[in-house]
Amino acid sequence: MTKKQKKLLRRILIAAALLLTVYLLDRFLPLPRWAALLMYLAPYFTAGYDVLWKSARNISHGQVFDECFLMAIATIGALIIGEYPESVFVMVFYQTGELFQSIAVGKSRRSIKDLMDICPDTAVRLNDGEEEEILPEEVEVGDLLLVRPGDKIPVDATVEEGTSVLDTSALTGESLPRDVTVGDAVVSGCVNLSGVLKLRATAEFGESAVSKILELVENSAAHKAKSETFITKFARRYTPAVVILAVLLAVVGSLVTKDPATWVYRALILLVVSCPCAVVISVPLAFFAGIGGASAKGILVKGGDHLETAAAVKTAVFDKTGTLTEGRFTVSEVLPAGELTERQLLALAAGAEYYSTHPLAASVRAAAEDVRVTPPDETKELSGKGVLAVFGERRVLAGSAILLREENVEFDAVRDEGTVIYLAVDGVYAGAVKLTDQPKKRAAAALAAAKKLGVKRTVMLTGDRRGAAERIGRELGIDEILSSLLPQEKVSRMREILSAQGRREKTLYIGDGINDAPVLTLADVGVAMGALGSDAAIEAADVVFTDDDIGKLPTFLSIAKKTARIVRENVAFALFVKLLVLLLAALGLADMWLGVLADVGVAVLCILNSMRMLTKR
Amino acid sequence: MKKSFMLEDLDCANCAAKMERAIAEIPGVKKVTVSFMAQKMILDADDERFDEILGQAVKCVKKVEPDCVVLV
Repeated sequence: MTKKQKKLLRRILIAAALLLTVYLLDRFLPLPRWAALLMYLAPYFTAGYDVLWKSARNISHGQVFDECFLMAIATIGALIIGEYPESVFVMVFYQTGELFQSIAVGKSRRSIKDLMDICPDTAVRLNDGEEEEILPEEVEVGDLLLVRPGDKIPVDATVEEGTSVLDTSALTGESLPRDVTVGDAVVSGCVNLSGVLKLRATAEFGESAVSKILELVENSAAHKAKSETFITKFARRYTPAVVILAVLLAVVGSLVTKDPATWVYRALILLVVSCPCAVVISVPLAFFAGIGGASAKGILVKGGDHLETAAAVKTAVFDKTGTLTEGRFTVSEVLPAGELTERQLLALAAGAEYYSTHPLAASVRAAAEDVRVTPPDETKELSGKGVLAVFGERRVLAGSAILLREENVEFDAVRDEGTVIYLAVDGVYAGAVKLTDQPKKRAAAALAAAKKLGVKRTVMLTGDRRGAAERIGRELGIDEILSSLLPQEKVSRMREILSAQGRREKTLYIGDGINDAPVLTLADVGVAMGALGSDAAIEAADVVFTDDDIGKLPTFLSIAKKTARIVRENVAFALFVKLLVLLLAALGLADMWLGVLADVGVAVLCILNSMRMLTKR
Repeated sequence: MKKSFMLEDLDCANCAAKMERAIAEIPGVKKVTVSFMAQKMILDADDERFDEILGQAVKCVKKVEPDCVVLV
């Protein structure tokens, strides 16, 4: 509890004790009414002096339909018509509710902050072996940093020296620790678990993953969900309406029945029930909790509106490479054309690609690990097409079909379901190496789980050729496969999908954020995975997965669904109880105790309901 | 220019909504969000008059909830 809350608690306890004493005295001693009133005023002011003060101050500011004002009027009214104990009780109970609300909201704020406890406090810089403790903000790119076991990695960096195990759970939600060794890139915010690491900073603090994550989550409040806007708009009309109703009830009731006390009392109950805060808080709290719960699992949601939309997703559109597949190519087949053996051809390919930085080249080299490879004397990258390598007198071409055609090499095109590197030695076709991309291990399960969460249709958009796309698509059970798409065609296909869907149906797009920013923006919900490195993707996406685990998709969908359900429950419950009590009060079936219970109780129950998002892991 | 400010002692959800409405009506404000949960105000307003607009926004906050402090 904060100081303020403790103070309020003390006041409530004193007021409650006073109220009980006065009530008993009043019960058993024949006190004159004025004396009783004076005695009741003691607990009344103890509990509610700030409410009265605030309402007086707010009226002077022209804030009429303010919560404090309504409580003040209701309780003063009750005092005037002689309901002393009830008036004081309502004030005490109202304050208890306020206290409870403040504690619960503070608690949920804190638990969300804890989830986001990824911010490093300090960094240790090594200046020629000399340790210097500095703020993470002071680290410059290229600095050598020391990270001891138990410390957080201050900025994005690469390992220069040492091996260790990193706890990435605060960032990715992945509980399995990750091994790192020299040359590995490490992300800020991870906790170093075992060994001492020396790191070379690759980004400043402001550009590091931690800053980007915090910024995303903190700004999420700016995107309000429709239901939140609805509920604040509702509250804006609701309070004045109920107050007017109360006045009408008091005036008309008194005139008709000539029994003002009864009708004024009923009207005062309406005032108690008219307080809007319980209703207003029920929605943003649920979204806040949902966003917090998601970020604990490495899912960064840019606003409550995206959770709301994601709960209605019926179509899920996937990028292929890097999203559904590993994005790492492996050699699946070696097809020699001339007299070379498979091993010889592979050795030749690996030799030609020896110095190339292209990802495919790395895959070929990896496949040729146990084959003797001769490095070339000279190589030339032919951008986008392949490479020319010179081994003594031999000139080897390794690259795409386009390259061989350009060089007038005759060859048989491989009927491919993947990517092919063609090889030619001195202008004569020597064979081909086929590479394929493997689907991610969790992709099939993720897709099946998404279908269970309301996704009716799955679509794959890819620039890859049909063969490769369909192989992956079939393996994963994708409903529709749209292949050989240029980037602008991906956009137009997305438009078609969006225009074909029903009014209440939404479409989600998930990609790795590379070259698909326009599609990410276009989709109802755009998810970029593993995109912390790309500002364009973060900018374009509505939701960012901190790593490239496709398994986060069903997690995200279920969080969205659960949040939406809690919001619906909260709104329905709050409105139902308020309206019910309104009705009962108007009919004379409720007393003021019930009114204040409805106000405070509803708020507390809604808060507890929302907190479920945080507790269930 | 878009900037965010912490709000201290913002105690009621409905007040946040009221502040947001009042600030949105200040000329020059492009967009404003007052978040009760995050205890934050995110103000997007004209660059040249930002400080002046911020001053008016702080007044709006004070008017709705006098105890609430905008940490500028």
